[in-house]
Amino acid sequence: MGAYSGTVTASGVGSILDVKRFAIHDGPGVRTTVFLKGCPLRCAWCHNPESQETRPELLFWSERCIACGACVSACPNGAISVTASGAMPETDRARCTACGACVAACVPRARTMAGTKRTVGDLLAEIDRDVLFYDQSRGGVTLSGGEPLAQPGFAADLLRECRLRRVHTAVDTCGFADEEALVAVAEHTDLFLYDVKLLDDEKHRQWTGASNATILDNLRWLSSEGKRLWIRYPLIPGVNDSTRDLEDLGRFVARLPEVEALQVLPYHASGARKFVHLGRRYALPDVVPPGPEAILNAAAAIRAAASLPVTIGG
Amino acid sequence: MNERIERLRTECVATRPSVSGERAELLTRFERENESVKESAPVHRARGFRYILENETLYIGDDELIVGERGPRPRAASTYPELCCHSLDDLRVLSTRRKTPFLVDEATTALYESTIIPFWEGKSLRERVFAAMSADWHAAFDAGVFTEFMEQRAPGHAILDDKIYRHGFLDFKARIASARERFRTSDVPDRAARVDELDAMDIACDALIRLAERYAALARRMAGEAKTPGRRAELLEIADICSWVPARAPRTFREALQMYWFVHLGVVTELNEWDSYNPGRLDVNLYPFYRSDVDEGRLTRDGAKELLECFWVKFSNQPAPPKVGVTEEQSATYNDFTLINIGGVTPDGADAVNELSYLVLDVIEEMRLPYTGSCVQLSKKSPDRFLLRTLEVVRKGFGQPSIFNTDAIVQEFLRVGKSLRDARAGGPSGCVEISAFGKESCILTGYMNWPKILELALHDGVDPKSGRRIGPSTGDPRTFDSFDQVFSAFEKQLRHFVDVKIEGNGRIERLFAEHMPAPFISVLVDDCIEKGQDYNGAGPRYKSTYIQGVGMGTTTDSLSAIREHVYVRKSLSMDRLLRVLAADFAGHDAERNLILHETPFFGNDDDRADDIARRIFDAYFDAIDGRPNTKGGAHRVNLLPTTVHVFFGEKVGATPNGRRAGIPLSDGISPTQGADTHGPTAVIRSVGKIDHVRTGGTLLNQRFLPDVLKDEEGLRKVAAIVRTYFRYDGHHIQFNVVDSATLRRAQESPEEFRDLIVRVAGYSDYFHALDRALQEEVIARTAHSQA
Repeated sequence: MGAYSGTVTASGVGSILDVKRFAIHDGPGVRTTVFLKGCPLRCAWCHNPESQETRPELLFWSERCIACGACVSACPNGAISVTASGAMPETDRARCTACGACVAACVPRARTMAGTKRTVGDLLAEIDRDVLFYDQSRGGVTLSGGEPLAQPGFAADLLRECRLRRVHTAVDTCGFADEEALVAVAEHTDLFLYDVKLLDDEKHRQWTGASNATILDNLRWLSSEGKRLWIRYPLIPGVNDSTRDLEDLGRFVARLPEVEALQVLPYHASGARKFVHLGRRYALPDVVPPGPEAILNAAAAIRAAASLPVTIGG
Repeated sequence: MNERIERLRTECVATRPSVSGERAELLTRFERENESVKESAPVHRARGFRYILENETLYIGDDELIVGERGPRPRAASTYPELCCHSLDDLRVLSTRRKTPFLVDEATTALYESTIIPFWEGKSLRERVFAAMSADWHAAFDAGVFTEFMEQRAPGHAILDDKIYRHGFLDFKARIASARERFRTSDVPDRAARVDELDAMDIACDALIRLAERYAALARRMAGEAKTPGRRAELLEIADICSWVPARAPRTFREALQMYWFVHLGVVTELNEWDSYNPGRLDVNLYPFYRSDVDEGRLTRDGAKELLECFWVKFSNQPAPPKVGVTEEQSATYNDFTLINIGGVTPDGADAVNELSYLVLDVIEEMRLPYTGSCVQLSKKSPDRFLLRTLEVVRKGFGQPSIFNTDAIVQEFLRVGKSLRDARAGGPSGCVEISAFGKESCILTGYMNWPKILELALHDGVDPKSGRRIGPSTGDPRTFDSFDQVFSAFEKQLRHFVDVKIEGNGRIERLFAEHMPAPFISVLVDDCIEKGQDYNGAGPRYKSTYIQGVGMGTTTDSLSAIREHVYVRKSLSMDRLLRVLAADFAGHDAERNLILHETPFFGNDDDRADDIARRIFDAYFDAIDGRPNTKGGAHRVNLLPTTVHVFFGEKVGATPNGRRAGIPLSDGISPTQGADTHGPTAVIRSVGKIDHVRTGGTLLNQRFLPDVLKDEEGLRKVAAIVRTYFRYDGHHIQFNVVDSATLRRAQESPEEFRDLIVRVAGYSDYFHALDRALQEEVIARTAHSQA
C-alpha cells in the first residue's frame, strides 16, 4: 500500500536524457517515455546521438548563437574561444567537463546540456501526473534511451515502483546487455520493444560497433520466457534493406516462440543535426530516407519470411 | 451528396454576402404610418414584425425542399436600423473592407440616404446606449478594457427546446389567450403591461403563420409554372407543408425541419440576435419523427440525409448581419454562430446518442460548411464509437464538430440552481456558452481584457498608450515588496472595471426591456407566456448575464514572469522590467530571452504558473459571480474570445511574458501560443486545474498534426485525451488538424486553398477569410505531434 501513498522505497539515481509526455509511438496507449542516457552501441544512424554517452554533454545550436561571447568568460576551463571578432565561439570538447557554466550564461539558449541525474522518486512524480491518461488509453510508462539495460538497477527500481502503482511498463531496448541486467529488468517489464538491426554479424559489427550474438540470444530468451515482445527493425537504405537482410530477419523471427508484433521503422535523418550540435561527424550523410514504395516492399519481404503481420512505424 | 445538394451548396458558397435594405425599408414605412398610434411598446414591435413578414419578398430556390430566407435572396443580410442605423460611411466601409465585406448596391445606398438615415438618426438604440453610459465606461471602452455586445446587436442565446415539435402556433395562441384571461381578471399590479405583452405575442404568432401561408401560396403558384413534373410535385408538397406548419405541430421529419426553419426566420427577423437562433438538440428532437417516418415507409435514410443537407445550406445562407466598429473587431466573421448539438443525455439522464446522431455526423462531414456550426455533446454514457466517429470527422481538418462535456455542463447548470431536467435538456450555443434551451436568456455582454487590466495595474491606473488615467490609483509598482502586492493591484483594477461594466449592463438591460421587447421569441422561451413578460425583461425562467474573460495564458505568464524574476530570483527589478516593456523589448534581447526561457508558463503542468491561473480565475469569479442583473437573474463568468484576442492584443503594449506590443493575446483558456512545450497532456492538466464547473463555458483550442490521427490507433489516443480532459471537468475542446506548412502555403496562394477551413475560437471559418494577424495567431498555436 506504500506505493499508493507516495512512499518510494527505491533510492537510485539515474542518468536521464529527457522525459516525454504524450508519447504515442512507444507502446500501447498514451505513455510517458523516460529516456535513459548511455548506450553500449554506436549505430551510425542513431537519431539520438546525445543519448549515447552516460555522462552529461554539451550541445551547441549554432543557429541560435548571437556571438555575444558570454560563454567564453563563463567557462572555468578555458575550453571556449573566439578566433575573430563577431565570430561564433569554438568549444574544445577535450577540455570541456560539461560543468554547465556556459549554459547558464547563454541567454539565447544556444548552449544546452543533455543529461541530468534524477531519482526514482522524482521521475515517479512526473510519471504520475498523467495517470488518468494511462487509465483512459491503457497506456503507461516506457523506458527508452540510450539503453535502459545499461542502468539495470535503476531501471528495475523505477519499473518496480511503476508497477506497484499499477502503471503498465514497457522497455525499448537494443538488447545488448548481460544476462543479469536483462533478468533484473524483465521481472518488472510488461512489454519489450526490442530493436533488431542486422542479422549479419559482420555488418552488425561494422555499423553498430558490436556483435549481435548477445542481442539475439537475449531476444530468444525473452521470447522463450513468454514475455510480450514487439520487434522493431529500423530500415536503413544501404545498410539493412537488401533482400537477404530482410529475409534473414523474417526467418529469425519465425523461429521465435512468441512475438506479438513486428514493426518496420523507416530511417529518417533527424539525428544528423544532433551530431553537429555535439561536435561530432555523422557517418551516414548520404542516405536518403526510403520512399513509401520501398518501405512497403521491405515490409512485404519480411512478412513473407516471418509469416507474421508487419506494421510500419512504431 | 446528390446533385441537388451539390447545386444548393455551390450556390451558397459562391454567392457573395450582400446587404438588403428591405427589412429596414419596411420597418421605416411601418413606423411612419403608425407614428400617431398610441400603443404599448411590445404591441407596437409585434405589429412592426407582422408588417415585415406580410410584405417582405419571398424566395424559393430552384432545388430547395426546405424554404424561406431572412432576406430576399440567399446570403442577403437584413439590417436593423432600430438597433444600429448604418451611416453612408458605414455602408462604404462594409462594401470595401478587405475582410467580411458585403455587397451594397446603389439602390440600397440611395434608400439609406433618402429614407432610412433621416428617419432613424438619433433614434437608434445604439445611440441611446452610448448616451446612457458613464464617463468611466467610455474611458474603459475606448481603451479596449472591455467591449459591448449590445451596442449594435440584440441579446441572443435563446436556443430552442422541443416545444415546437409538439405544439403549433395555434396551440401557443391558445396558451397566450388563457394567460391573458388569467391576468385580465387578476389583481397583479402590472396586469395591464402583462396583457399588452400577451397581445403582442399573439400578434407575433399570427405573423409567422401568415408568412407560411404566403410561402404556401407562392409554392402553389410556382408549381403551376414548373418545368418538370418532378419539381411540380415537390412544390406542391412544399405548399402542403407550409399550410400545415407552423400553425400546427409537425407530423413528419420534413415538416419538423420546415417548422424549425420558419421559427428561425421569425426570430432573426424580429431582432438581430447576434448569436443566431438555433435548433439545439437536433438529433434528440427529430429522432421520433425520423423513427416513425422510416418505420412506416415514408422516409429512407438517404431521404433524411438529403433533407438535413437542405437544412444545412439554409443556415449558411444567412450571414451574420453586418457589424461595424469594435463589434466587428471582436467578431470579424460572417458566422452567425449557429451551433447544432448532437449527443448528450436525455432529460431522464440516459444516453441520447441515436441513429440520427451518426447521420448528422455524415452530413457535417459531407457539407463542410463552416457557417452551419455543429458540436457534439459527449457524456460518460456516450459510447466510444460515437467519439471515434466524431474524431474521424474532426480529422478531415475543418474544425467541426467541437466537443463538449455534458457531465460538466450539467454540473455547471446545477451549481446555479437549474432543475436537473432543464440541465440535461440544455447545452452549448454560440461558441461554448451554455444555456437551458428554451428556458433561458443567457446574455453575453462583452469581453474583459485581462492583460490590459494588468497593464493598468503596472501603471497605477494610467493607460500607457494614451497617458490618461482610466483606472483607480493602485500604487507605483516599483514600491511593491511582494508578488501579493502586485496581484492585489491587479485585483483592485479588475474589480473597478467589473463594477463599471456591470453598472453599464444594468442600464442597457433596461433600455432593451423598455424599447426593444421581443414578443415573438418570448412565445418560445418558458415561462414568458405564463408570466406575461418579455424575453428581454423578466420573462424567461432563467436569466443570466455573462462577462467573458480573455487572456488567461497571457495574464498568467505575465504574472508568473513578474513573480519569478522580480520577486523569487530577483533577476530583474520592477523598474527595469517596466523600462524594458516601455521600450517594447527593443535593445533588450537579454531580458526578453531570460523571460522566455526561464519562466514557468501556463500549459506545462507547472504548478508555479498554474496556481497563478487559478488565482486569476478566482479573482474574476469572485468579482462577478452572483451579482444581480436587473431582470431577477445574476451575472456569471465564462472564458472565450471569438476574435477579440486579436483586437485586444492591439490595445495592449508589451507584456511581462515577453509578448511584444500589439501581438494577439492567448485565446480562450489555451496557453500562450507556443508557450506550451510539454505536449497535450500537460496542457490538459494545466487547464484542468481551473474549476470549469463555476463557469458558463471555457474554450480550449488544440492543434494536432494530421499524422497523429492518421490511423485507428491515433484516433483512440486522441479520444483518450478528450475523455481524460472531461474527467477533469473540462468544458470544451476543439481541434485543428492541419500542419503549419499547409497553412503557410494557404497564406501564399489563397486561391488554391479556398476551401481550407480552420477552427478559430468556438467557431470555424475559411482560412482565407481571416485577417492576417488572426492567420498568424492560428499558425502560432502549438501543434502537437508525437513525442
